[in-house]
Amino acid sequence: MSPGSLVAIILLAPLAAALACELIGAPRVSEYLNLLASIAVFAAVLRLLPIARGGPYTLLHGYIIVDPLGAWVQLSVAAVYLLASLYAIGYMRSIDKPARLHRFYALFAGFAFTVLLGPLMNNIGVYWIAIELTTLVSTFLVGFDKTREAVEAAWKYIVVVSAGISLALLGIILYYWAGSLHLGPTYNLTWAALRAVAPQLNPTLSLVAFLLVFIGFGTKVGLAPMHTWLPDAHSEGPAPVSAMLSGALLNTAMIGIARFIGVIDNVHLGALPRTVVIAIGALSLAIAALFITRQTDVKRLMAYSSVEHMGVMTLGFGFGGPLGIAGALYHMLNHSLNKSLMFFGSGDAMHAYRSKRIGRIHHVLTAMPVAGALWIAGAVAITGAPPFGLFLSEFTILRAGLAGPNAWAVYVMLLLLVVIFVGFLNRFRAMYFGESPQAAAAVTRWRAPRQERFWCLLPMWLALLPLLALGVWWPSAFSHYFSLIAAQLGGGAR
Amino acid sequence: MFAAQLPPLAQSLFSLLAITSLLLAFVMLGSRWLNAYLGAFALQSWLIALLSAAVAYYGGYPELYGIAVLTALFRGLVLPYLLLRIVRRLKVDRELHERLAPSSSLVVGGLLVLFAFVVAHHVSKALGLAGTVAVLALTAMLSMKLIGFLMLMVRSEVVSQILGLLVIENGIFLGSQILVPGMPLLIELVILFDLLVVVACFGVLVRYLTVHAGTSSTRELRRLVG
Repeated sequence: MSPGSLVAIILLAPLAAALACELIGAPRVSEYLNLLASIAVFAAVLRLLPIARGGPYTLLHGYIIVDPLGAWVQLSVAAVYLLASLYAIGYMRSIDKPARLHRFYALFAGFAFTVLLGPLMNNIGVYWIAIELTTLVSTFLVGFDKTREAVEAAWKYIVVVSAGISLALLGIILYYWAGSLHLGPTYNLTWAALRAVAPQLNPTLSLVAFLLVFIGFGTKVGLAPMHTWLPDAHSEGPAPVSAMLSGALLNTAMIGIARFIGVIDNVHLGALPRTVVIAIGALSLAIAALFITRQTDVKRLMAYSSVEHMGVMTLGFGFGGPLGIAGALYHMLNHSLNKSLMFFGSGDAMHAYRSKRIGRIHHVLTAMPVAGALWIAGAVAITGAPPFGLFLSEFTILRAGLAGPNAWAVYVMLLLLVVIFVGFLNRFRAMYFGESPQAAAAVTRWRAPRQERFWCLLPMWLALLPLLALGVWWPSAFSHYFSLIAAQLGGGAR
Repeated sequence: MFAAQLPPLAQSLFSLLAITSLLLAFVMLGSRWLNAYLGAFALQSWLIALLSAAVAYYGGYPELYGIAVLTALFRGLVLPYLLLRIVRRLKVDRELHERLAPSSSLVVGGLLVLFAFVVAHHVSKALGLAGTVAVLALTAMLSMKLIGFLMLMVRSEVVSQILGLLVIENGIFLGSQILVPGMPLLIELVILFDLLVVVACFGVLVRYLTVHAGTSSTRELRRLVG
């Protein structure tokens, strides 16, 4: 199949599902329609990956680009969309709001559409619009429960992210202005055009524009100190939505930062922009470490872990070089799989214990033996322990950092990763073992109804097994892919 | 660069419009009444529409006339009308608990403009554009951005927060008309449309807030911490 028809499937399947869910209005039909769309998207992305190697291809008068970097991000997005759609069937049935369930799936598929749109956008202005659209749709998913807390989270989310992303718009306009001094007043601001004109751009203006763009998209990625919306939104949305926010949405904003780093490398600015990127990445790790060690809410724990991993990825892109970029991209896929697993586990625990507080959750293995075992395996994986994928990717990023001029960040990263490892697993110790044996006797085995159990457990297995495989085996096809992307981003520059 | 080769009359006209828009941002900053914010915002949007038309005339960008009409229509009429409906429904007509009194926020706003000017001056000097209207455009753009952020920080009524975001958007739009008048039409149209969708979403969320959280003040939103 041609890239054009694959892109059409990727974009139109969720869009059609969203419209159909809203129009038909039947909950059971909606959940399968959404699932069908997610399977179609995943299959199309798998097919697109090898084709994109020959790219970049542009479609629709150059507004859509199919390149290896975009296809890679699509892979992580599509994987999370598929897993979350599976899990949503089991999870949403048991929260008992059948009258609004079709609306949930309409929004969910619409959200997937906007997230899949971002990485395909070739014009930087339209990319910005795509990112803005993701916020508008997902706000209503975050506030879907309509509790006081959910509405509060939705409001904070839309205000903080809209304000942050307006900085990115300002930065993009300044880039357009800088480019217009060389390319004439009217031109198409594509990634390729900007990268080509970068060596001639005025350094002062480019620096201001880069900082604005980095802070703007950094807000959407959830980098500290702009992360304040993230724990609220991730903790108040339903579990499948949290997985999509963390595993899919953050990646589409991250790709913008990676592409802008590739542009700023070509401007004669020295090491300053990369140092800023690395410092913000390290700060995100530090903030995450502080909040993880003292966390009392299980979903906020996962949310701060997302801040941590976005910081790790930012460090990878910031260190740069083929190794840094490969590490960051590998980390992206691993984190998407792993964080989905973690949010699914917390969703199950919330159902079993009717609470999000870590203090109320204890002896998880007694209450839910299979899901509990998968969840703790995921917890070990997400802290970066071998033999899971995140160990490999974090190790690669550390190696990339040691080779560069910002070796200080490697030591900071290493220290904070150890702190997070201890802090995160200590929270899990409290939930799995608890204090007294009497309390253990009081825990009864929680069983979801048979059908829902299947939908809840299947995506957890589907997330954990690839994660384990990616931890022991780094496919050579991936290395080839990463080197293509590094070349495209001008990754030789340090 | 378009801004560097303008006749003196156009230079003065652009400066006048940019400075008046900036002053209107200060009117919002210095008032407690939501209706005053709305009026200032609508007027600001009309001035920006006028600016688009002026750029179209002096710069020879006929498509900007269309943008001017749409700006006046969307930003000058539809958005204020939508916001007015929200204000009426809320039965709140003034900011009750600002974190910083209007008089003090005016002083802070002045300092922010000073900072914006320093940055704008620095950038324009690097581009060899010092003394042109580009400096002013950049200053207005950055100051309205900072003033919008200030409004978001010190005001707690939901309508004030929406208006803070809209001032930020207006600032970007104002600056982009002078600095990059040739920006592709599609982008400008999409951004205009996007703004409409944003405000519609905010409208729905405000209803959620009043119904499910029982408040229209973000000071009450303090459950989620840590």
